[in-house]
Amino acid sequence: MRLRTIATALALIWSTSANAQDMKAEVIHWWTSSGESAAVKVFADRFTKAGGVWIDNAIAGGVSARAVAINRTVGGNPPTAMQFNTGRQFDELVEGNLLSDVEVVANENKWRTFIPEAIVKAVTRNGKMYAVPVNIHGQNWLFYNKALLEKVGAAEPTNWIDVFAVLDKVKAAGLIPLAFGGVKVWERNLFNAVLVGQGGAAMFEGIYGKRDAALAASAEFKAVAATYARLRGYVDSGSPGRNWNDATTLVIQGKAGMQVMGDWAKGEFVAAGQTAGKEYGCTVLSNKGTGYIMGGDVFAFPKLKDPPQVKAQLALAKIMLEPDTQIEFAQKKGSIPVRLDLDLSSLDLCAQKAVKWLGDKRQQVPAQEMLSPPALTGAIEDAISQYWNTPSMTADAFAMKVVGILKDSY
Amino acid sequence: MAIQLLRFPSRLTALLALAPAYAVFLVVYIGATGWTIWVSLTNSRMLPSSVFVGLRQYESLFTNERWLVSIHNLIIFGVLFVAVSIALGFALAIAIDQRVRAENLLRSIYLYPFSMSFIVTGLVWQWLLNPTYGIEKLVRNWGLETFRFDWIVRQNTVIYTLVIAAVWHAAGLVMAIMLAGLRGIDDDIWKAARIDGVRPWRVYVSIIMPMLGASFATAAVLLSVSVVRLYDLSVAMTNGGPGLGSEVPAKFVMDHLFERQNLGLATAAATSMLITVAAVAAPFLYWQAKRRRLAVR
Repeated sequence: MRLRTIATALALIWSTSANAQDMKAEVIHWWTSSGESAAVKVFADRFTKAGGVWIDNAIAGGVSARAVAINRTVGGNPPTAMQFNTGRQFDELVEGNLLSDVEVVANENKWRTFIPEAIVKAVTRNGKMYAVPVNIHGQNWLFYNKALLEKVGAAEPTNWIDVFAVLDKVKAAGLIPLAFGGVKVWERNLFNAVLVGQGGAAMFEGIYGKRDAALAASAEFKAVAATYARLRGYVDSGSPGRNWNDATTLVIQGKAGMQVMGDWAKGEFVAAGQTAGKEYGCTVLSNKGTGYIMGGDVFAFPKLKDPPQVKAQLALAKIMLEPDTQIEFAQKKGSIPVRLDLDLSSLDLCAQKAVKWLGDKRQQVPAQEMLSPPALTGAIEDAISQYWNTPSMTADAFAMKVVGILKDSY
Repeated sequence: MAIQLLRFPSRLTALLALAPAYAVFLVVYIGATGWTIWVSLTNSRMLPSSVFVGLRQYESLFTNERWLVSIHNLIIFGVLFVAVSIALGFALAIAIDQRVRAENLLRSIYLYPFSMSFIVTGLVWQWLLNPTYGIEKLVRNWGLETFRFDWIVRQNTVIYTLVIAAVWHAAGLVMAIMLAGLRGIDDDIWKAARIDGVRPWRVYVSIIMPMLGASFATAAVLLSVSVVRLYDLSVAMTNGGPGLGSEVPAKFVMDHLFERQNLGLATAAATSMLITVAAVAAPFLYWQAKRRRLAVR
């Protein structure tokens, strides 16, 4: 009698816990700033509405989040989904056969018909898509405080020549001309913005994609380096070590004139209640009229054996690319949806500009993460950071360093 | 016969008690070190591979500017940190040894920083030394408009800020070690010195310091371990600093293990660190062993 009661009780417990196991998704990501958290909540809410349980595992800092995700996957305790940047960060996980491909969901929902080709290529290995791209971020935007620029009598800058006139005017007014987060990754981001804007898309892809050392030794590249060095004089002394969103706050509060940052910064403006075109303006500085550096985020799904978790992965992948989810996510995150087949009139001014530019294939410049492996990106980052922080280093010396790195076997 | 039977089981139990620790030592330390050295001889990237490439990773390592700057930074940090910590700790110990009234309280206060993690230490000192809202701003608000203390944002001087934070952290520990040593010194020495009319500072320099040789050595060894391991302070305070200013070898290894997805280079760097420490420690241990053997004779 007692044995039967115990057996029934156990059976009940097991059955209820089996139900609770359905559609549980532990997601590792690094979206921790206010704008970013609001955006990832869109995915979480929609997943919950579809009957899933979203277990949020936010880890501050892209580097740390990726390290944790990779270690756990390799170590045998993978999360349900993990975030990467669109590019080559998860190459070896695919080679090591640790990721599931998303071909089933991709073909079912015909993703290849509305995701830009460059993005599809960036997540495809051996003909199969191994990650779900969820957004397109432009990395080389210029955000500026409209009221501040009006006060100092400056117009919106258009290229890397007239921007210095604007910076000088802000400096003369006693405010911070260029809000800057002096961390290695943003020092590299600023350099890339100048490289594409002044050097052109061909130089950008030639150096990072084709590793053309001759390009790095050319006079044009040295001119780009010289422009970059000139920008040193327009950042404040508190910039080293500052976070990117603290620098955006300076622009929001009117203490600084402008910031070169990706459009994820728009999330901060939105969270502060500001509107594009009213309190802040946005543009891409370009001497030659081309170059919108397309980056973004993707979610990859480790190979799992547990059927409920696999179900959760498929559901998550589908939800992330649904039209409503994409629009809402884009509005909160500041990116543009990765599906360009939607009605994008509800997005803000800057996003509309981006969609218009991306309509022209020549403007689509793949981000550095899509062109070079992390080891090469990191080595270039070290060189750029050293150059930025060593006022006595010449553009020639920097160019020679880059040549050396490109010739090395990364 | 009976005595022999008694000895054998107790030796066996002693060996059995040590067996788990021995196993851990063998597998974790020796095994992991061996694996690290093996991976450094391959072309591993994010995941270990088994393609042997000889010393190519070491070649890349010693032509890598960031690695060379890291070593340079660590040498500067190490020398300054150990020297200043020992000097400051010794001075604090002497001060407390003067039979001050609130001795227990003062000792606790000076030792307290050592209980804080390097992350907290690094973060707090980063805020203190930030020129826009730290000490520089404070002194300027007091009136000295031209005061400058922006070491932490300049590539050439940021390593000294790490020394400041680390000395603040460790001086208390050195003080505790030195105080124990000082308390162990016979009162008769002091009485004899007073009778001979030797000045107090001379007593410290010529008599006490040589007697405290063991304490100095202990402190130096403990601090040197912190120097080689330096990673979390560098990350918390400046994350490698403006440019390469506060890069250190341990941070090089960690960054290349994870972010840069370059296992081969990272393990080559780790092996180089091991060889360096072994090269410094081995002669010292040999000299110590030799001294002990001579003392026994």
